Amino acid sequence: MIPLAAIDWHSVFFFLFAALACGCAVAVVAAENVVRMALYLVLSLGATAGLFFLAGAEFVGAMQLMIYVGGTLVLLVFGVMLTAQAPFVSIKTAPGDRVLAGVIGAALLAVLLQSAFSVPEWRKPAAGRDGEPAATPLGMALLGTRVDEASAGAPGGVRSGYLLPFEIVSVHLLVVLVGAAYLARAKRRRTPRAIEVAASMEPPATVAAHAAVGREGSRGGSVLAGGAR
Amino acid sequence: MAEFLINSVGFPEWLAWTVTAVVAAVLILNVIAGGALVFIWAERKIAARIQDRLGPTRTGGRFGWLQSLADGIKLIAKEDLMPEGADGMLFRLAPYVSFCASFCAFIALPFAFDFVGQRLNVGVFFVVAVLGLEVFGVILAGYASASKWSLFGAMREAAQVVSYEVPLGMCVVVPVMLAGSMDLVTIAEKQAGWVTNWYLFHDPFTFVIFWVYVTCAVASVNRAPFDLAEAESELVAGFHTEYSGLRWSYFFMAEYGSMFLVSALAAVLFMGGWNGPIPVARLVGLSEGTGDTANYFVRLLGMANLLGKATLGVLVMMWVRWTLPRLRIDQVMTTCLKYCTPIAAAMFAGAMLWQLMLPGGVAPGLSRPAGEIREGWLEGPGGRSAAARSSAVAGVLP
Amino acid sequence: MQPSLSPLVASLLTEPVGVTHYLVVGAILFTAGVACMAVKRNALGVLMGIELVLNGANVNFVAFASPYLQAEGGKSLGLDGQAIALFVILLAAAEAAVALAITLNFYNNHATVDVDRADDLKG
Repeated sequence: MIPLAAIDWHSVFFFLFAALACGCAVAVVAAENVVRMALYLVLSLGATAGLFFLAGAEFVGAMQLMIYVGGTLVLLVFGVMLTAQAPFVSIKTAPGDRVLAGVIGAALLAVLLQSAFSVPEWRKPAAGRDGEPAATPLGMALLGTRVDEASAGAPGGVRSGYLLPFEIVSVHLLVVLVGAAYLARAKRRRTPRAIEVAASMEPPATVAAHAAVGREGSRGGSVLAGGAR
Repeated sequence: MAEFLINSVGFPEWLAWTVTAVVAAVLILNVIAGGALVFIWAERKIAARIQDRLGPTRTGGRFGWLQSLADGIKLIAKEDLMPEGADGMLFRLAPYVSFCASFCAFIALPFAFDFVGQRLNVGVFFVVAVLGLEVFGVILAGYASASKWSLFGAMREAAQVVSYEVPLGMCVVVPVMLAGSMDLVTIAEKQAGWVTNWYLFHDPFTFVIFWVYVTCAVASVNRAPFDLAEAESELVAGFHTEYSGLRWSYFFMAEYGSMFLVSALAAVLFMGGWNGPIPVARLVGLSEGTGDTANYFVRLLGMANLLGKATLGVLVMMWVRWTLPRLRIDQVMTTCLKYCTPIAAAMFAGAMLWQLMLPGGVAPGLSRPAGEIREGWLEGPGGRSAAARSSAVAGVLP
Repeated sequence: MQPSLSPLVASLLTEPVGVTHYLVVGAILFTAGVACMAVKRNALGVLMGIELVLNGANVNFVAFASPYLQAEGGKSLGLDGQAIALFVILLAAAEAAVALAITLNFYNNHATVDVDRADDLKG
């Protein structure tokens, strides 16, 4: 047995979170049901946030929890529920595709692992090294001022920060917000298929009404199909 | 506590940390579970009084104070039903997801100076982020129940919580900006002293944004008038329609835990945290931070202070619940996107300008009372010395 | 108890983790994401694969940025790595929003989320 006093608890928690992250990532690939995939993805990304906390990147970890897990994935699950009609909850993949993906994935993993183990300095960390919390310097860097040790070697003692990328990302997010709202708006265009559907229905019903009925029906239908499963 | 165990009792390091972690976890768990029992009883009594009834009177002798314990025993004994078409794993998992999220957020919440599960550099952010994860349990419950009502409740909750996180985040940022730190302990410590030091009374903008925060907090924990996810007049019981017994009670513990948490967060961010309106301890010459017994009692007093403020917040939520009618879903969204978000943004800008225009953030003619700790945050656990930092800043500014 | 496994486990649990440990986690997440993108026919499943890939890359950035994980005298990326990880998270959020909107539009027009059926432009 290992003496308990010799255990590095940081490593123990690392392996806990790493196993959760990797296991759930593999489960995302293996799962057939799309809602379960979403659950495993949440667990995987949450465990990764734990890894970020362990690596001293508290702000990135909290950001991961807030934006990725709390925002993006809720959005994703929302999308899953809007489209979760019985035939789409679990779309089967052909066994050949699975084998092919397994082979390619294994090859890719081998390459990545080989490069991960290739640098000996990466494998032997210094024990008990302490880093300072980085939230305040990171915030100042995003506002354009670097106050961390990286600025020491730069000319003038100060390196420029990330003000411009920060602003670009802000505008980018705004544009994406508007664009996504425009793309996903409820109005339905007259595609050939929609016209065909409308023509096959009773004459007074408009296409828009059909769209509304179709959406309601899809939600109800998914529930009923879930009940029949 | 870990240092105390290592130095005074002589525990090995790993055992000391384990014991500390277990004690902290059990204490937080008891705050949530015990708090839920008390709050459910209080809610029954308050609802009854508002509706001109008596509420529970028999159980436990007077006032029916054992009513929620009796309810708990009933819930444990109840049959645990699962609908036939339900997704078994997700159905079983969902209550625990909700409860864990609510529980995890308590880790970074300081109950008094140094009475905190884990002091985090990004405490505020962590609490708000983890609190947002509670919605996952609700969504999973809604989907896995294989019931229309549950699914509708879950969809409403998802839309509502994601929307309200935006103004909530903006409200939370204002005290962070005033304190210059995201550490909840630092933020509360900066409001030490008289009641005028609370960020609630810091400037007109923070006073307004506090009420925006209250609105958003009530909405983000799905309390009436924003309880669209469990609107019993239209959705039977919303996302927990199909739940019964102990699993159902987990949802309720999560809900009351979250209510308490957002109230405590409001207390820390805007109402001085564990600092009372009158700095009694400082007036009689005691100060927090040192280790002797008297100061320990000062901290206990501070904890009582914080718990009192948080409980007050929960009671206000109950008062609101039994007073206001429920909003429609489009009204909920309108409140968030057309009112709360613009007001929060404007108040944020206003508070920022207030800090920039008025030296030290103090209006002319007023002076800050003694006892406010404004200096030294840069030298604290936050990072390097102020001198190095300001010289670096001076290097880039013209 | 387990003489063959014990030394390895002991060395893993008693030594501090380094950059390599994080890189292995990142590699597994990345590979899982790529496999997910390749295997899934549900458009939302493909989206989840993309999230996993971005997350795997983020693990690497954070690992190189962390001062805790470096060797003696090693130099970490410092704030640069963390800032890049932040931007990746933000852009992933933007990407997910647009991809979800496209998926919903596709679902509205074709009444399916199977990406194999998205072959309207095939000649």
